[in-house]
Order: sequence, then structure tokens, then C-alpha cells
Amino acid sequence: MKLSHIEKLESESIQIIREVVAEFENPVMLYSIGKDSSVMLHLAQKAFYPNKIPFKLMHIDTTWKFKEMILFRDETVQKHNLDLLVHINEDGVRDKISPISHGSKIHTDVMKTQALKQALDKYQFDAAFGGARRDEEKSRAKERIFSFRDKNHRWDPKNQKPELWNLFNTKINKDESVRVFPLSNWTEIDVWQYIYQEKIPIVPLYFAKTRPIIKRDNMLIMIDDDRLELKQNETVEEIKVRFRTLGCYPLTAAVESSASSVEEIIIELLETKFSERQGRLIDNDQIGSMERKKQDGYF
Amino acid sequence: MDLEAFFKNQNEKKQLKILTCGSVDDGKSTLLGRLMYDSKNIYSDQLSQTQTESKKYGTQGKEVDLALLIDGLQAEREQGITIDVAYRYFETEKCKFIVADTPGHEEYTRNMATGASNSDIGIILVDASKGILDQTKRHTFILSLLGIENIIVAINKMDLIDYDEITYKEIIRFFKLISSQFNFKTEKFIPISALRGDNVFIRKKNIHWYKGKTLIEELEQINLVDAEEDDFSMPVQWVNRLSSNFRGFSGTISSGKVKINDEVQVLPSKQKNRIKKILTPSGEKDFAIKDQAVTFTFDKEIDISRGNLICSNEKHNYFSSDQFASHIIWMNKEEMLPERNYIFRFINSQILGKITDLVHKVNINTFDKIASKSLSLNEIGYCKVALNKNTIFNSYKNNKKLGSFVIIDQFNNQTLAAGVIDHELRRASNISWQNMSINKNLRSSSNGQQPCILWFTGLSGSGKSTIANIIEQKLHQLGKHTYLLDGDNVRHGLNKDLGFTDTDRVENIRRIAEVSKLMVDAGLITIVSFISPFKSERKMARALVEEHEFIEIFVDTSINECEKRDPKGLYKKARAGQLKNFTGIDSNYEKPHSPEIILKTENNNAEDLAEQVLQYLKNNNKI
Repeated sequence: MKLSHIEKLESESIQIIREVVAEFENPVMLYSIGKDSSVMLHLAQKAFYPNKIPFKLMHIDTTWKFKEMILFRDETVQKHNLDLLVHINEDGVRDKISPISHGSKIHTDVMKTQALKQALDKYQFDAAFGGARRDEEKSRAKERIFSFRDKNHRWDPKNQKPELWNLFNTKINKDESVRVFPLSNWTEIDVWQYIYQEKIPIVPLYFAKTRPIIKRDNMLIMIDDDRLELKQNETVEEIKVRFRTLGCYPLTAAVESSASSVEEIIIELLETKFSERQGRLIDNDQIGSMERKKQDGYF
Repeated sequence: MDLEAFFKNQNEKKQLKILTCGSVDDGKSTLLGRLMYDSKNIYSDQLSQTQTESKKYGTQGKEVDLALLIDGLQAEREQGITIDVAYRYFETEKCKFIVADTPGHEEYTRNMATGASNSDIGIILVDASKGILDQTKRHTFILSLLGIENIIVAINKMDLIDYDEITYKEIIRFFKLISSQFNFKTEKFIPISALRGDNVFIRKKNIHWYKGKTLIEELEQINLVDAEEDDFSMPVQWVNRLSSNFRGFSGTISSGKVKINDEVQVLPSKQKNRIKKILTPSGEKDFAIKDQAVTFTFDKEIDISRGNLICSNEKHNYFSSDQFASHIIWMNKEEMLPERNYIFRFINSQILGKITDLVHKVNINTFDKIASKSLSLNEIGYCKVALNKNTIFNSYKNNKKLGSFVIIDQFNNQTLAAGVIDHELRRASNISWQNMSINKNLRSSSNGQQPCILWFTGLSGSGKSTIANIIEQKLHQLGKHTYLLDGDNVRHGLNKDLGFTDTDRVENIRRIAEVSKLMVDAGLITIVSFISPFKSERKMARALVEEHEFIEIFVDTSINECEKRDPKGLYKKARAGQLKNFTGIDSNYEKPHSPEIILKTENNNAEDLAEQVLQYLKNNNKI
């Protein structure tokens, strides 16, 4: 009798989550509302069952998330009686930073990276869980499960501590912190399989539905509110689409799809030829762009 | 598509953790790119990004450079080398693979060991046109040391030698000479060309003389040998008592399996208990098996905490001890120093300890054992370790989770080394303390003094000995019993076998610290005047006595001033290169963070500074 692949991943993640609680004073779980966050939250609940999870969740709100994401977030918090902090970079709000007028690079830097650093400093968290996976992007493939950040929240890819067995180095000095990735070894298909088997609720945007869409730079962008102004020659079309990842709505491209259930998504995924980060505009700014963002403190 | 069948198949897939290693340019990244490409685990946008990059950095002319799919970090793309461990994921009909791609350069041996620590199978790549290299031997040794039982030797670039069978067989023969010195359970050989895809996924007629399996067939069909023990054990990771009516013990099962109502024991207390409930990730169950993250509740309330071990009641071979022998792979630029205090990180515990003996170093090209005083980056040694308190462990061979540890620097928190435990050492338990009826309080109370150590530290020529001398004279006039241990004097006797390398400096201070401790025990005010350049050794000396008995005095004189004074002419010699390892010149001095007393010599005379120390002793009721 042996554990299946998914059961091994599940136990490994639970062990990582428990280790953080055993070794750190003030951990937090970064909750981005996406499917990976849903899985991570589900695993945390298992890790501490029958008790509640012993740390707070935090959402870095860029103010440009899909409305349905915020709705789902608030429902989840209420349903599981979770302790959620929401942080918004008020400086960015004051300066009216937007992905439309400032572009993805500045918007992401101010409203995500800077906002995250502000929040980590404000609450003095010494460990922050993130739902990132190594199969998502090439520089993530090299990141440790316990990933050290200096007092400026910087990641130094050339100076990572060796990580052997499951003996994680949890020692940090004052003002330093770690980012912890319990889903490091999961792949996209593993995540979907787990959502299916465990019946984990996810934001309805993942399911295909007819939505108001414009075509911009070969991407399908959904009109979620009236802040996205139409350019000349652009028209709103009603197209049946879904999202493979969720972020700020003007930066997150939809894919045409008719997959309206988890089963259909998995079938679609098995047949598709495009990787999931393709719908993310921020990765393709320049070659190696994710790696640069991470060195600056981005998740 | 039948989704139920799909999931059934997914759930039956084996998870295989594999490691690719071999010398630089043996084609590891190309092989991995090939595995992912042929298993159709690469999406078309990733491929087109790689095509863009191939034009910029590629080495394969017009063809897509598959290695670029793998070499993730920007620096690697530019330099064309792999500089860290990368994890990759792909699957076939039968298996899910997690691949650690590790670099071949000698200076990155530590990354290869990191990859090996979490792998079931090692694929050793050999460039057929170059044959077995030193790196091949080194990696074979590390795989064996880290307990990998199954290896596949992929002899790559067969296209470069025109698929020559004789060369292939010669490489196998040579490799077997090396591997016969180890104990691999399975050992397979396959001739491949990762670049052209020969014998990776598909058999091509290029290598018509080879009748064996392709690499992927070999991987899928390998029967993993689990040589570890099968008695139940679980190290306690965390105690779940978040609510008052629940008390559970969480952890991941490290060996064997357990059922409800099983009688188990808890180490080190050896208390017995009975398993009441088993909470697994899939809910409450009647049993649980190795690698599962579980929470137990027990029949009766007993004291169990993180770092304890819950294990089978019948038999077990765990040690609760503070000393063991182990192989250690050093992974940091700072060399290993025997007798220095480090943090030893075991599963669920962190304990201060030190390497007491480096029995031998291993030459990983010849596997010879050689005498050495320290280990540098990427070196492997067989060491004796002594911890400050007992912990529970097993040999790595019996139980990888309970037989492995990493070493962490207590100041900068770097991971310095990794170790695998060979066996327990019983030395400590055989020496018991001789109880004496006259103790230090009785010895010192007779003349109204509290014994203590005045530990002077500072550069050569800073004025330590001068000030220490005056203090001793003053204390003597007050009728106090003292002893002055001076660096130069001790090196003429007790420590005359020691030189000035970092290793010897550590040992020098260790002996002085132990002697001072005996003198404090004898009731004396002990004045120690040594450069003592390293923080860790001063901390070690402090830890030997009661906290209030250790008074660190930093004689703060700038290097320029010391060099100007140069009372013994040593700086001159050091500058001329006649003296090696001279503190402040070519050996480091680490200033104390928060010494009890700082003496600034540049604007004060020695008499006044001695008086300052005396005043401190009076204020703190030492005299």
C-alpha cells in the first residue's frame, strides 16, 4: 500500500504549513482568491483540523480585481469564519495609478509589489505563505520552498540557501522574513484534479460563460466596470470565455471556451496547447521579466 | 473523454523523483528539454518563447535549443550554464516525474547534493566522446552517500562517436570499476542522444545493436527499492491544542504504518500510550502509512512536545544521545572549524553543537581517506559531532528522515553543510561527573571574592596584556586571589602544538576557555588576555561558566594605532609577508557586539583603564 501522487503532494504541503506554524512567530497566508489560493487554504484547514487555522489571511487588493473575485473572497471568509486583512496601497490610490494609464509594469510594481512590502512591514510578518508553483514559470522552478527575503524583501537568486530533505532553514534575523510555497511541487493539472476530487469552491470566472469582451493586442479583455475605456475601432462583444488565471481585470486575458465545470476544464486543459501564464500580460514585458520582478520583492 | 478513467489512471500513476547529474556539458539540460518535449509537456507558447531565445542565445543553429527550456535564470541563459537546482515536472501514461536538474560544475556540488537528497533515482549522464570524468565519479559518490539506491547511466552524445558500440562498452566497463565500490541496488546503462532523441522516448535504428529499454521505459518500469526500516515511527512536528478540548500530535510518518488501538511509545520519555484516533488528510481513518501527514490523539494524557518521537512499542533502534559519527558535505565558503559552535537542524529540532573531530576527509576523485583539520566548500568529511543536549536519531541507512541533518551558522543563518548519520557514539555517557565536596563558593568565600573571568579581547598591540597586568597587581594588593592567562605564555606550554590557522585558533581558545573554567571553579578571579578574534569562540567560552561570571572586555584600539605601536615588531613582519594568518592583516577580527566593558586606549592611560575595570568589579560585587 502506497500513497498516490496527489496524496504525497497533499501530505508534503501540510507538513510545510505546519512547520511554519511551529517555527515562526507571526505568519500570514497571502490569499489571492485564485484557484491556487483556494487549494492552499483547503490544505491549511486540513493541517490544523479539527481546529481553525492559527494565522491570518491577507489579500493585497490592487483595486482592479474582478468584482466576482471580491465577492467570492468575502463569501469564503464568512463561510469559514476566517481572519482576513485587506491591504491597499493608499499612495497608489492617491496617485491614481492604473494599469490602463500607467501600464502593467508600473501598476504591478506600485499596487502589488510595493503594497505587499508595505503590508509586511506594517504587520511585521516573519513568514508569508504564497500559492506559487514551480511549474508556472522558469525562474520559479529554481526557488526554494522556504525562500529567504532580506529586510528590503528582496530575493537573491544567486545566494539561495541549499534546501535538503525536508530540513528547512527557518532561522532569520530581525526584520528579515521568508516566503513559503507549500504548492511548490504541484502542477496545474494536479491542482485541478485536487479541486475536482475535494470539491473545492473556486471563483466562477474560471468557468465559461458569455461575458462582455473587447479584443486588444490579440488578447480577450473583459469589461468588468466602466474604468476601461474603449479605444477607436474597439467594440464590446458577447463571447463565451473563461479565465485560466485571475488577476487585475485589464491585465488578465480570457480564453474562448465552453468549459463550464471542473470536469470540462480538465478535459480542455488536457487538450490545450497553451500554458496558463500565457494569459498574463505582466510576464512578457521582457525576457526574464518575472525573475526581475521577484528580485524586487514581487511574489 | 472518460474523466473517471482519467482520474483512476492519474491516481494510479507512480510518483518518481529523479535527479539528472553528470559533468558540465554532458547535456543534462538538453536531455530534460528532450524528455519534456517528447512527453508533450511543453506548451506551444513556451516553445515559441524558447524559439525567440534560441535565436538570441542558442547553440544549435536554426534548431530549437531544448536546453533553453530548462535553464531558467537569466544569468544562465546568458552564460550558457546551469547555476542552481531547478525542479521540472512532466508525466507519461504511467508516471508523474519530479526532476531535479543540477549543475555539473565542481563549485556547485552542493546543489547536486541538494537535488539528490530528495530523489529516488539518479540519472548519471556521461558524454560518450569524453568518457568518465572526475565529475562523474564525484556525483556517483554523492548519490551513494545520500542513499540513492537506483541509478541509470545514460551515455549521451552517441551521435558524436558514430554510435560506436565498442566505446560504449568501454565506458560501461570503466564505470563499473567505480560503482563496484558502492552499494547501488539497481544500475542500468543506456546509449542515447538527447539532441537527436535516440533511445530517450523512441528507439531509432542509429543504435541498432542496442536491444535494451529506452530511458523512459527504464524509468517507468524501475522497481524502487525501499531499503529503509518498516517499523512505525513519527517525529512530532507540532502539538495541536488550539482549543481546550482537543489535544493532538501532528507530524509526518517517517517509517512503517500504524493502526488505531496500537500501543506505541514516546521517546525520549519511553512512556507508553495507545493510539485513539488517526486524523489523515482524507479524514479520520483506522490506519496511516509512511509519508502521510497525520494527527494522533491518545488514550491518556501524557507530556509530548515537538521533537519527540512516537514509535513502535515492540522494537526500535533509535538513539537518544548527544554524540554521533556522520559524513558531512560542506556547502559554504566559510570553512568548517572543529570545536566551533553551530546549529544542528534535525527533523523538528535545532540544537547547538560542534564537530569535535574530523576523522578524515574524502578525496572524491579517488575515494581515498585523507587527514585534514578542516573542510572547505564542496568537501566531504567523516566527523564526530557532539551536541549540547540529547536528541533522537537513527542511522541514515535505516531512516533518512531521522538520520539527516543540516548545519546552520548561528550568526548569519546560512546553511553551511548537510550530514548523514552513520552511528551513535557513546563516549559521553561513560564519563560521569566526579562529585566534589568542596565547591567554588566555599573556595572563594574565604577571602571575600566572587570568582569570574575577565576576558580581554582585541588586536595584537592593543594593550590587553599591559592593562591586564596592572589589574592583577591591584587585585593582589587588595588581597584577592587571581591568575593571569596570557596568550604568548600559554602558547609556550599547554598550546605549543598549535599554530595560527583558523582551525588552530579555535582550538587554542577552546583550551583556554576550559582552563579558565577550572580556575573559576577553584575560586580565582581569572584574567584572560588573548586576541580571541572570533565571536563564536568567545560565545563558547561565555557559555562554559555562569552568565554573571563572564566579563568580556573589549580593548578597542584601531588597527592603525596598533600597527604604529607594534611592540613586538609583528605587524612589520606580517606586512612583509613573513607572518601568515596575522589578525587584522590577513586574518579576520570580529568585534564584540555588546561586551561588558569597552576600554578605549587611544586617549586614556593604562592605569585609568585598569581602575575602570576594578570599579566594574566593585559595582557588581565581585570584590
